[in-house]
Amino acid sequence: MKAAPFEYFRASTLAEACAQLAEHGADAKLIAGGQSLVPMMAMRLARPAWLIDIRRLEELQRIESRNDPVSSADDVVSVGAAVRQCVIERDPLARASLPLLGRALKWVGHVQTRNRGTVGGSIVHADPSAEIPLVTCVLDAVLELRDAAGATDVPAREFFLAPMVTAIAPEQCLAEIRFPVWKGARVGSAFEEVSIRQGDFALVSACAQVALDADGKCIRAALGIGGASPFPQALPEIGERLAGTQLDDRTIVDAADAAAKLIDPDGDLHATAAYRRHLARVLVERVLRSAREDVR
Amino acid sequence: MNFRYIGKKRRTKEDPRFVTGRGRFVADVALPGMKHVALVTSPHAAARIKAIRAEKALALQGVHYVLTGEELCAAVDPLLIGVDAPLVRRYPLANGVARYAGEWVAAVVADSRHLAEDAAERVEVDYEPIPYILDAEKSIEPGAPLVHPEHGSNVLYRRKFVWGPVEEDFARAAHRLSFRVRWGRSATVPIETFGVAAQWDPAQQLLDVWASIQMPKFPDQTARALRLPGNAVRVYFDVDVGGSFGVKRGIKHTVLVGYLAKKLGFPVRFIEDRLENMRGGDMHGPDRIFDLQVAFDADGTIRSMKIRALDDVGAYAGRSPLQLGKPVGAIVGPYRIGSVEYEPISVLTNKTAQEAVRGFGQSPTNYALESAVDRVARHLGMDRVAIRKKNFIGKDQFPYLIPSGTTYDSGDYHTVLDKALAAAEYASLVEMREAARKAGRLAGIGISTCLEPSGGNTAFEPLFNPKNETTTWMDSCLVRIDLSGAITGVMNTSSAGQGHETLVATVLGEILERDPDTIRVVHADSLTALPSNSPVASRMAIMLGGAAAGAAKRIKAALLAIAAHNLGVPETLLEYREGNVAVKGATGKSLGWDQLVEIAHRKFHRMPPGLEPGLQAKFVWEVPKGGALPTADGRIQMYPCFSLEAHVVLVEIDPATGQAKLVRYACGHDCGTMINPDIVHGLTYGGIAHGIGAALYEKFAYSDNGQLLSQSFMDYLIPSALEIPSITMVDHCTPSPLTEFGQKGSGEAGYLGAPAAIACAVNDALGPMGASIDELPMTPLAIWTRIQGGPT
Amino acid sequence: MSERLYRVSMLVNAQRREAEVPARLTLVDFLRDTLRLTGTHTGCEHGICGACSVLLDGAPVRSCLIYAVQADGGSVITIEGLARPDGTQGTLQDSFCEAHALQCGFCTPGMIIAAHALLNDNPAPSEAQIREAIGGNLCRCTGYQQIVDAIQLASGKRDGGIA
Repeated sequence: MKAAPFEYFRASTLAEACAQLAEHGADAKLIAGGQSLVPMMAMRLARPAWLIDIRRLEELQRIESRNDPVSSADDVVSVGAAVRQCVIERDPLARASLPLLGRALKWVGHVQTRNRGTVGGSIVHADPSAEIPLVTCVLDAVLELRDAAGATDVPAREFFLAPMVTAIAPEQCLAEIRFPVWKGARVGSAFEEVSIRQGDFALVSACAQVALDADGKCIRAALGIGGASPFPQALPEIGERLAGTQLDDRTIVDAADAAAKLIDPDGDLHATAAYRRHLARVLVERVLRSAREDVR
Repeated sequence: MNFRYIGKKRRTKEDPRFVTGRGRFVADVALPGMKHVALVTSPHAAARIKAIRAEKALALQGVHYVLTGEELCAAVDPLLIGVDAPLVRRYPLANGVARYAGEWVAAVVADSRHLAEDAAERVEVDYEPIPYILDAEKSIEPGAPLVHPEHGSNVLYRRKFVWGPVEEDFARAAHRLSFRVRWGRSATVPIETFGVAAQWDPAQQLLDVWASIQMPKFPDQTARALRLPGNAVRVYFDVDVGGSFGVKRGIKHTVLVGYLAKKLGFPVRFIEDRLENMRGGDMHGPDRIFDLQVAFDADGTIRSMKIRALDDVGAYAGRSPLQLGKPVGAIVGPYRIGSVEYEPISVLTNKTAQEAVRGFGQSPTNYALESAVDRVARHLGMDRVAIRKKNFIGKDQFPYLIPSGTTYDSGDYHTVLDKALAAAEYASLVEMREAARKAGRLAGIGISTCLEPSGGNTAFEPLFNPKNETTTWMDSCLVRIDLSGAITGVMNTSSAGQGHETLVATVLGEILERDPDTIRVVHADSLTALPSNSPVASRMAIMLGGAAAGAAKRIKAALLAIAAHNLGVPETLLEYREGNVAVKGATGKSLGWDQLVEIAHRKFHRMPPGLEPGLQAKFVWEVPKGGALPTADGRIQMYPCFSLEAHVVLVEIDPATGQAKLVRYACGHDCGTMINPDIVHGLTYGGIAHGIGAALYEKFAYSDNGQLLSQSFMDYLIPSALEIPSITMVDHCTPSPLTEFGQKGSGEAGYLGAPAAIACAVNDALGPMGASIDELPMTPLAIWTRIQGGPT
Repeated sequence: MSERLYRVSMLVNAQRREAEVPARLTLVDFLRDTLRLTGTHTGCEHGICGACSVLLDGAPVRSCLIYAVQADGGSVITIEGLARPDGTQGTLQDSFCEAHALQCGFCTPGMIIAAHALLNDNPAPSEAQIREAIGGNLCRCTGYQQIVDAIQLASGKRDGGIA
């Protein structure tokens, strides 16, 4: 299980990485942590002629708050694409501002893979059951893609197209992920998944973030389901429906029923489509309850 | 018995080299000029190989050879098969027809494994797909595609044994039940794959082999297949084996690599990668459908059983059909069941071949037996503990002859179960189950009481193949005392983590009354080894332990003879203490260890007549109670010693997801005298974990077109520390009357009862909703499907 | 066709090691085949079993999922580097022997690396934290129980930090 031969280039700036991509096009792959790419290369399911290493680029390591004290719009926390997952787990700003991402990371791989795997790498790999892509969709994050010509913003909800297929072009590099941070409300979140062993890919995952007012009324809700469609699926229509409700059990059950109708699950060795649809309903119900309890 | 070293908490001799990274595994063997092998494998469930073109592969710089099945099969003899089916021919590479997806078709030799893989991709093979069969039941129906047409059928072995008045017992019994359970295809899947390195010395005409091996008669089989005399193959048994639990057989790998090394004139190494290991390593385990009928009375007395066991061995067979044979020796489990009908059927399909797996077929059988006991209890509304105790063989009934001709040596099954129940805090377990159920969760308690036959005597060979008259399965030990007085024990097989060096040192230390820490134990190579078999069949504590004890006693006898001669007193007046020999009573006349050793090594003039100089002794031991051929109706003494394990487990199932969680796990274990308790406990914990894998997680699953779906560790799910719970272990000791110290085997412990207990617990949990599940592994999907009322 | 070689230089067990390697050589193959540090093992080569775990710049990683060229300039600690300066076993290694936390020894180096990293972070972990920390390391022999015992034994009686 050895990779096919390839050439290696370690970029020292993002511009240099983009120049390499422009030169080699689809023959090149970016590598940061490599936790998804290297196994695929070992099995020769991926065989790039060039690997462009962006792991050490300072430009991709930042976690920054871009608060706007005047606007009523959401604050933003920007996470560099090459930030390692283990860094998010410990970073004070990420922990305070992106609790849902923190909850998701508990389900991502194991200590050794989180020490190496990056936030951006998981997004670009685009496994439909992966946790970080789901969080970007549910929170409606924006992905900044760079190429030699400049930067392009793509909403996460438009980025994931099919299993392992995204809107990124061969000459583009994911540079940062801008997560909205909800302002001024009591926010709760939850992430749940069913996998056969802990740390495995989810059969189905679901997560939710809710904001409640002082009376416990839901003023905002976002949720989504992973592993049950060809891509991580945010469910904004369900979120809108929950806003204004008391988020009582009945409402949650109805929302879960509705959510399970919106997905497009597939069957495989470990789960049938019907089982995945069922799990999606169960998990949506659970994450909404847990997010609600998390506020209280 | 009062022991000096046996049974005491003592560190092992092996651990220090492994914790410092100084183990020497086959992948650590680097020979000068060594080349590397990668394989070309068939993508089809069954296909004729029309042509193989290697030009593009050979054109790569650093690629030395591409070996095809056509060349190899003409140059070597077929590998041995355990049953009488000579036309089911098996070679290391496919011989004109590839019979499962992943079967090896060609082997590439190159300067590095990387290059070998590059070249393997460039070997062009023309395949003509042909019909295939995947379903074991359909494979024996008329008209099914034949895996080996020359054999004339897909049945490798089939016989109906009847032991005792089965029909009469069924007629007399008040109740009868029949049911089916299925054991899924899993295996032991060690973390080290199989590997082998070989080097041919043309001057000596000798093939040296380093391999990750746990295979009886391995050097002999390698030599035969390569058409070499046995003394032209030297296998080094000092290679550390990275786990095996039965599967590290590697005969086809070794014949392939040995052929290449001899032909090409340089050392060749093949280390399976994980894909080659899972698809084509031929190490899948039993894949078995049991149809059981059980006859019993209203008071719970089980009178008789009829068992039909259909086992899918895949496309080829070595010893795998014999895995239906071993259970003959414990076919009634720990129960007094007066008669049994047993119909083992071994069938071929177009899947990866099966190999020996921990317990050699006993664990699936135990799962079927325990399922029967639970069903009888449920049918009668009896308590599952009570029904077991009612049917247990009593501790005063040993030696106990079972209907299939085997005598159990000793046991105290009631006490072991009671200890397990106490360790599990059974009353609180029941309360926990009831509380969970009241709270709307699914919870169930599982109990299993299972035997581990130990001290393997391979009597299933003549039982399943009348042309095979093997009746001995000896093991040996050589003990040397050198001139300095230091003790060295020589064992004659490799080890895969069972702690044999510790075993030998402990036994030698015990008999000779010398500190085991000062005793060195080494592994011979196959040309210097005494006749031995392999560390399989839970046999080493009994057989190697027995051989070491026998050899040590001969050393002790020699020391006494030397002392008697030199002190001028008869041996009866001498006493041996810690290696020194003194005249009994306070005479002060004695000879110390160093003096005795020096006489033996240097002073022939002081040696008693008839005693060899030097100080060494060998002992070759035959399995106790072995040595006989089966009777015409298939009665035979299988293994001599029988350990018991009682498992008590609480499972909770999330009814919404089907996920099962082991909440509490206790195991009572009686393997007689433990030589080293840490080793026994470790083996048992590991066996339980392995059984948890078979029960809940692991399966070699195939697609409808014969592709192995679980071919990587992403889909073949070995449980981690997060799935395996903390386990409470409680020991009991009923010594075996047949062994030196009362020891029995424990190498398969835990695995033999865990799947049965977990399956029983899951069914106890599902019972209140009228659901049940009769197939392993019980995955979340499978459990959820049953909860939804899906098919069983 | 001969493959381009890349110069790599890294600290391995506090010693500077340099070599010319192809880009596709994984860190584990570099350690085992180039440097002949065979204490680190390969069990699956696709990042699941954890047998190849080493410390890279202080953190436990899977060395089968890293190319040697990527580790250029880094600092690697393998099982061989966990012995005390005088060559005797470190505390965890000793605890593994005391608790008999292994059988075949194949997963053991990776398991000790994972445990070592845990105890560096958290000198007194709970059983759950121990199981979490070794959850990415598969063992087929022990059922993990004596491994958990060994790590508990080592916690609290450990030497200072690592190199």
